[in-house]
Amino acid sequence: MSDAVSKTGRWIDLANPTRFLSLAGGILPWLGGLTVLVLAIGFWMSMNAPDDYQQGSTVKIMFIHVPFAWLSMMCYTIMSVAALGTLVWRHPLADVSAKAAAPIGAVFTALALITGSLWGKPMWGTWWVWDARLISVFVLFLMYLGIIALTRAMDDPAKSAKATAILTLVGFINIPIIKFSVDWWNTLHQPASVLRMGGSTLDPSYLKPLLVMAIGFTLLFFTLHMMAMRNEIWRRRVTAMRRVAARSADRGTVS
Amino acid sequence: MMSHTGFVLASYGAAIIVLAALIGWIFIDQRSQRQALQELESRGVRRRSETKMDNAS
Repeated sequence: MSDAVSKTGRWIDLANPTRFLSLAGGILPWLGGLTVLVLAIGFWMSMNAPDDYQQGSTVKIMFIHVPFAWLSMMCYTIMSVAALGTLVWRHPLADVSAKAAAPIGAVFTALALITGSLWGKPMWGTWWVWDARLISVFVLFLMYLGIIALTRAMDDPAKSAKATAILTLVGFINIPIIKFSVDWWNTLHQPASVLRMGGSTLDPSYLKPLLVMAIGFTLLFFTLHMMAMRNEIWRRRVTAMRRVAARSADRGTVS
Repeated sequence: MMSHTGFVLASYGAAIIVLAALIGWIFIDQRSQRQALQELESRGVRRRSETKMDNAS
């Protein structure tokens, strides 16, 4: 058995849930520690960033709002790749990955909306406007909720996997709409200032803490995603083992 | 202009509370799955793939 595993490529080995579990067990303590370290440095840099001459202290909301918004889209992109993995390659971990990512993506999207609202009130004078950027992100949040409901609607994950994958891929159309909504339509939300043609317009005193926070929250996402994937593999094993136990109990051969 | 500290604190506070809830949920889920696995293993229940491997060896 061990021979067969070692003969295949490293990437293929990951498709084996048992390999993934041992890999996750080794990586997670380091990834978690690195996450805490980077977020602590990022938080310290954010608190020491100067107040903006126009926005005052509210500019500090940017250091969490922007990473949450980026991650809400990155998470959905990862789920779309996983959906392709389910539909095209039937990768055994693809559905596990998509199902585990959905609640994390929903949380980051909700936080992007909450922090955006708390930034909008003092700067725009309103908690919420129905402009293209805000609507498209709200639609993203609703899609996360739909996917979460669908992944948990059926007892057998094999049944919900295909439907979830198709729904996820159809919904991916929303990601470029979110990204370019601020260019295509006249929105109250400002256009991109970091990832744009011609480079960032942010001053380094804001760009540096923002990038460190973005890296920190990205590491947090991958830590939580890996933990949630491991939980999902264990959950499926528990279900499978309970079925075996129920069957052997039926036969009267309690092992 | 400088009286917006409340909004900044509310943003960071909301982020900390919501993320703590997410992390807490993942840890609770992890503990319950581990306990269920241990309980099944202690009863001698095996997955089909494991029993196949046992028979083969």
